[in-house]
Amino acid sequence: MEDDAPVIYGLEFQCRALTAQTAETDAIRFLVGTQSFKFDNQIHIIDFDDENNIINKNVLLHHAGEIWHIGASPADKGVLTTCYNKISDSRVLTCAAVWRMPPEWESGSHDSPDDSAHSPQALQLLCHLDNTAHGNVACVLWEPMGDGKRVISLAESHIVLWDLQESSTKATISSSATLEGKGQLKFTSGKWSPHHNSTQLATANDTAIRGWDLRSMSQIYCIENAHGQLVRDLDFNPNKQYYLASCGDDCKVKFWDVRHINEPVKTLEEHSHWVWSVRYNHSHDQLLLTASSDSRVILSNMVSISSEPFGHLVDDDDLSDSEENHHEEKSKEPLQDSIIATYEEHEDSVYAAEWSSADPWLFASLSYDGRLVINRVPRALKYRILL
Amino acid sequence: MEVDGGDGAPKRRVHGLLQLYYGISVEGKAEQSESADPCDINGPHFDPELFLNKMRKECSLTELMDQESCMVKQIRSLDSDMQTLVYENYNKFISATDTIRKMKNDFKKMEDEMDCLSANMAAITEFSAKISSTLQDQHTQITKLSGVHSLVRKLQFLFEFPAWLRKCVECGEFGRAVSAQRRARCVLNHYNNITSFRGIQDECNTIMMELTLHLRDRFSDNNASAKELSECVELLLQLDEPADELCDKFLNHAHSKLEADLQGLEAELSDSIQKQTPVSPVSPSESNPFLSPANRMDILEFIDRGCNEFVSNLCLVIASYQELFINRPQGGAHALQHLPQMASQKLQQFVDTLAGRYFTLVERRIQEEKGVGDNSLLVRALDRFHRRLQAVSKLLPGSEVTSRGTDIVINAARERIKQYLCALQSFYLDSLTDVRQALAAPRITVGGASGALGAGSSAAKDSQPTLPELLTSLSNSILNQIKSVLMSVHLFTAKDITFSNKPYFKGEFCSQGVREGLIVSFIKFICQSSRQFCESAGDRSSSTPPTLLLLLSRLCLDYDTSTISYILTLTDEQFLTPLHSPITTVTTLCAEAREAAQKLLNHYVKVQGLIISQMLRKSVETRDWVNTIEPRNVRAVMKRVVEDTTAIDVQVGLLYEEGVRKAHSSDSSKRTFSVYSSSRQQLRYAPSYTPSAPMDTNLLSNIHKLFSERIDIFSPVEFNKVSVLTGIVKISLKSLVECVRVRSFGRFGLQQVQVDCHYLQLYLWRFVSDENLVHFLLDEIVSSTAHRCIDPVPMEQSVIELICERG
Repeated sequence: MEDDAPVIYGLEFQCRALTAQTAETDAIRFLVGTQSFKFDNQIHIIDFDDENNIINKNVLLHHAGEIWHIGASPADKGVLTTCYNKISDSRVLTCAAVWRMPPEWESGSHDSPDDSAHSPQALQLLCHLDNTAHGNVACVLWEPMGDGKRVISLAESHIVLWDLQESSTKATISSSATLEGKGQLKFTSGKWSPHHNSTQLATANDTAIRGWDLRSMSQIYCIENAHGQLVRDLDFNPNKQYYLASCGDDCKVKFWDVRHINEPVKTLEEHSHWVWSVRYNHSHDQLLLTASSDSRVILSNMVSISSEPFGHLVDDDDLSDSEENHHEEKSKEPLQDSIIATYEEHEDSVYAAEWSSADPWLFASLSYDGRLVINRVPRALKYRILL
Repeated sequence: MEVDGGDGAPKRRVHGLLQLYYGISVEGKAEQSESADPCDINGPHFDPELFLNKMRKECSLTELMDQESCMVKQIRSLDSDMQTLVYENYNKFISATDTIRKMKNDFKKMEDEMDCLSANMAAITEFSAKISSTLQDQHTQITKLSGVHSLVRKLQFLFEFPAWLRKCVECGEFGRAVSAQRRARCVLNHYNNITSFRGIQDECNTIMMELTLHLRDRFSDNNASAKELSECVELLLQLDEPADELCDKFLNHAHSKLEADLQGLEAELSDSIQKQTPVSPVSPSESNPFLSPANRMDILEFIDRGCNEFVSNLCLVIASYQELFINRPQGGAHALQHLPQMASQKLQQFVDTLAGRYFTLVERRIQEEKGVGDNSLLVRALDRFHRRLQAVSKLLPGSEVTSRGTDIVINAARERIKQYLCALQSFYLDSLTDVRQALAAPRITVGGASGALGAGSSAAKDSQPTLPELLTSLSNSILNQIKSVLMSVHLFTAKDITFSNKPYFKGEFCSQGVREGLIVSFIKFICQSSRQFCESAGDRSSSTPPTLLLLLSRLCLDYDTSTISYILTLTDEQFLTPLHSPITTVTTLCAEAREAAQKLLNHYVKVQGLIISQMLRKSVETRDWVNTIEPRNVRAVMKRVVEDTTAIDVQVGLLYEEGVRKAHSSDSSKRTFSVYSSSRQQLRYAPSYTPSAPMDTNLLSNIHKLFSERIDIFSPVEFNKVSVLTGIVKISLKSLVECVRVRSFGRFGLQQVQVDCHYLQLYLWRFVSDENLVHFLLDEIVSSTAHRCIDPVPMEQSVIELICERG
């Protein structure tokens, strides 16, 4: 059973921001934001044709500045947020804004696909998430599975919850919280928990991971020294409400049960440099994607702490014909927590890796040199999980 | 005269004729020679006619005349002989007739006397018959009387019997009483329909009952000696007491005594525990297990006591029991026929129960034996224990006592091995703690010394134990500990120990127990605990000092290269392991140790790299690079990086060999390197700084990347200094690249980075195996910075060099 070769797409600029288009569930679509200091930045809409193994791209201009973070609305395919750098008076400020893709981007690109002179369309600004009071925005988070009306921005040491009104053209602060403590505290990333009716948020600053209750805007837990060094990214297990994964500069990926924050549930140490991104598969939470500046993307199979412990599904059908299946079961047994694959298609640091929202077996990873690689979970493993 | 003259011959002839007459042939020969000749006048076949004719024919007249005269002479002599004979016969006949006549008269007299005698005899017979008939009556009466007399004597004995019995009992001559009773019993049983006899019988029975009771009393008397007891039992058995009951009683009695022994032991046991508990706060339980607490009865004493009291008493009981109940002379009462079988069953059960309890106590005591200091005591105790049980098994061949005893010994040995393993493990951990402390102290010294860039390493050597010293002392102390443990364990297989020839101690104990369970497990433990350092370290504020990682890595490597094979050879020499048993091979262990060493070294590189990375990251993050001033100096953090790297270099150099560098680097002097690199740098960066089309910049840098060989930044670390340092430098520089990429720079920011990178270039090349690597990464830093620079104006190379040389 041969796996399809990875599909590689090159961007002209350096890139850091990648997201799957969350609201799109039919097409495999990723959004990539470029990071060019001097030139006009772009958002590439990457459509992947799974049957033909072909990538279709569309480019939208993002004039505001280099894109550090990108987020797609979970409700509206056309709406996204970006965090971008703005240089003013020899100061660099990171701002955030809500954008709408021009409605005709799709048709427009189809009309003249090969026309290089064709100037790409620009994103339409819906509203700024005004951060003059808060400072640089690290990331903007959409309410998971929400109606696209609520976002959170993490700016320096502030958490700001915004309500988007009048079809997202107006953003008002509904509440905010500030992280207080010694020194200059700065959020590096965060994740809005899909559990608990979307009332919880996890943030990372320096080596600590904090949990917040959005109703009271207060801290509910804090994992001090979660990593030996800076925590780079977080992700919630989509199926187990108290489980979350984190990664950081100590090259480790750790799994936490936020009810027992003294010790990590498990630790992986497979990367040889900083780990920048960690992502649970949306459907099969044993599959975990990590991206690191050692230019590698690692797909791990964390059976032991997944919501579908191994063997659970097998047991039910096994009752009838024992002997053959027994043998089969045995051969399957060694499927323990393991690395499934290490992807080495990148030549520069990989800052982002994302699962597709449409196909749970497909993921994209983006390295700094602008290389986007689309890979699939190995078929053997896929069938093993499904059957 | 003529007659006389010729007398001799005829006489002889007559005599011969008589002889002929009586049939005696004396002269048979002559007869035969004569007989044939009919002319022989003396022959029987004499024919006168023939003789006359012959005469007439042959002889002359004279001769005839002579013959005739001779003949006449002979006839005459014959006639006279005849007359003499007749006369003699006649005389004899006369005398015989006289004698017969005389005899006739004598017989007549005798006949008369005989008649007289027979008449007398008849008279006597008549008299005698008369007498005997008169005496008949009196005789029968006397016989009857004598019978009555003997009966009366018997009766008298019977009537006196109870009293006699009582007397016997009172005097304590139970044996006589019992044997007498046994004889009297059947008589009494026979006549018990007669009232008086029944009375006697009853009385006897009461006495005997009393006797029985008395005996039973004595029997159940706790103080009675074994001999008395056996006497009692013997008597009671003769009294037809139920044998099984006696067995039970006997055993019960013995049980209580043995129970007392056991309780004594148990008391000792609980006593020692109590003694131990109040003491324990004073000397905590985690005190060195190689020192055993002195204030309690040691195990040898305990076992001794158990052997002397319990086991020997048990043996006595078994022996006397067997004598009493099992080895009895056959032919006793019918009820005793099945006794031996039943009795031995009971005994078996009894012994098993008690021995079971004893074993539990011994096991408990052995379990308490936690201190692994003096193994010989335990071994001797176990030996004694085992030896004494042989006695029991000799007495009682079918019992499980020995096998269970052996099991206990085996279990104790197993337990012991586990304890030794634990002790070794804790010893190892303790020594690691010591090393850690030793490392914690000189750290300041090393840090301060390294400020002089390697010159201080000698100073550090003087003041503190150096790393190689620590390593050798650690490895030696572990080795010594292993050796001493092996010695201790070896006691179990010593030749003078009784259980050492059991199959377990010959085979499994050596291979599975000592080799696998102790030595191999310990080596595995070392590897495993080393690996755990990699997994846990750095978790929370980096608990393991990196130096320890380095040290352990070297230790594991040494184990791989020599120590493991040495230890295992040592073990195999001392404990001859059977060939067929499955054992872990040296290569497997070595591979494990090597893996651990590799992992530790990797981890060391990672930890050190990350420490430097952290430093670099903080320095980049906390600075406002857009609005920074023109660079005048190399930033302090870069100097610090170089210092730390040098310190690491010294540290690693103490434990690992130099390693191989790419050929050209070792000879390249600083200056040529500098020129070379700067020219290269100029070549590479010049185009990117010139404003051009956006595509061109990227294209160019991409082309550069295409042609410069891809350098694998994270290659595995080898066991040498250069490789380790290369790894650390790579990680650090890569981190710097990442840090730079998330910042934006002003013109002076870029220039500062240029200066910093040049400084690093000046110093870091000497540590790495391939200086191109440093070039590549530093290029990457500068180019990344240039990309993120608002106003990318590079500094003059000469100025950079000047600043670097100054600072």
